[in-house]
Amino acid sequence: MVLTQFIFIVFAAITLLGGLFCVTTRNMFHAALYLVVSLFGAASLFAMLEASFLAAAQLIVYVGAVAILIIFAVMLTRGGAGTQPAQRQFNTQAGLAAVVTLVTLFILLRVVPVFNYPVQNTAVPVDILEQLGNALVGNFVLPFEVASVLLLAALVGAIYIARERRRREAEED
Amino acid sequence: MAIPLSWYLIVAAALFCIGIYGVLARRNAVGILMGIELMLNAVNINLVAFWRYLNPADVAGQAFALFVLVVAAAEAVVGLALIISVYRTRGGIDAESIDILKQ
Repeated sequence: MVLTQFIFIVFAAITLLGGLFCVTTRNMFHAALYLVVSLFGAASLFAMLEASFLAAAQLIVYVGAVAILIIFAVMLTRGGAGTQPAQRQFNTQAGLAAVVTLVTLFILLRVVPVFNYPVQNTAVPVDILEQLGNALVGNFVLPFEVASVLLLAALVGAIYIARERRRREAEED
Repeated sequence: MAIPLSWYLIVAAALFCIGIYGVLARRNAVGILMGIELMLNAVNINLVAFWRYLNPADVAGQAFALFVLVVAAAEAVVGLALIISVYRTRGGIDAESIDILKQ
């Protein structure tokens, strides 16, 4: 087996096992940590695909920011309460959900690998980062600006939704 | 290339299904959000793999994945803010007890 294949399998296993433990563990705090592991594995897969900027962005945005956000949310909402034996972490349809998941996985695994993709064996251009930067302020300038407005709207909206209401306002509701 | 494209697609498909299970089976709203994050990541792996294997000269594939990343971050922020707001008003984030609209 080629070395890169072995490395790929290791990273894929990190991604998938992290995701699997993330959705099955009972402790929400542990789930958040497993999510970080899975996102880190995805970043390594991006690096293996020679998408260096995306790998770095994935590390900064997901492993850095979103993970901390989720951990804060778990702590603020007493997510650790899931460790109490009385409270169930999975709903009554968990078995049905597993069946749906396995059927979906089965269909995907039957369909996805057999399709004949027009694979090109060309190398990534050496100035791909420069091209990406130019494209973001050239061809993709409109989605780029819309994305910045979206982030601002999400920022303001999140602050408005999650802010602590004063008692008088709450009583009026 | 030593790794066939289908390996990446299989990993992405498996990760997507794990995300589906998380969304369907979790009761905790934060857990549901984690499942959504996993699904978005699976989609991104697919996008980048297709970019690398089908048309690496065109940066559109990477740019698309980048925008997915941005939207996912915005979605996570608003979702978690909503969860914290629900926790304040209802005292819990059990997805089965958030049924104000049903009453």
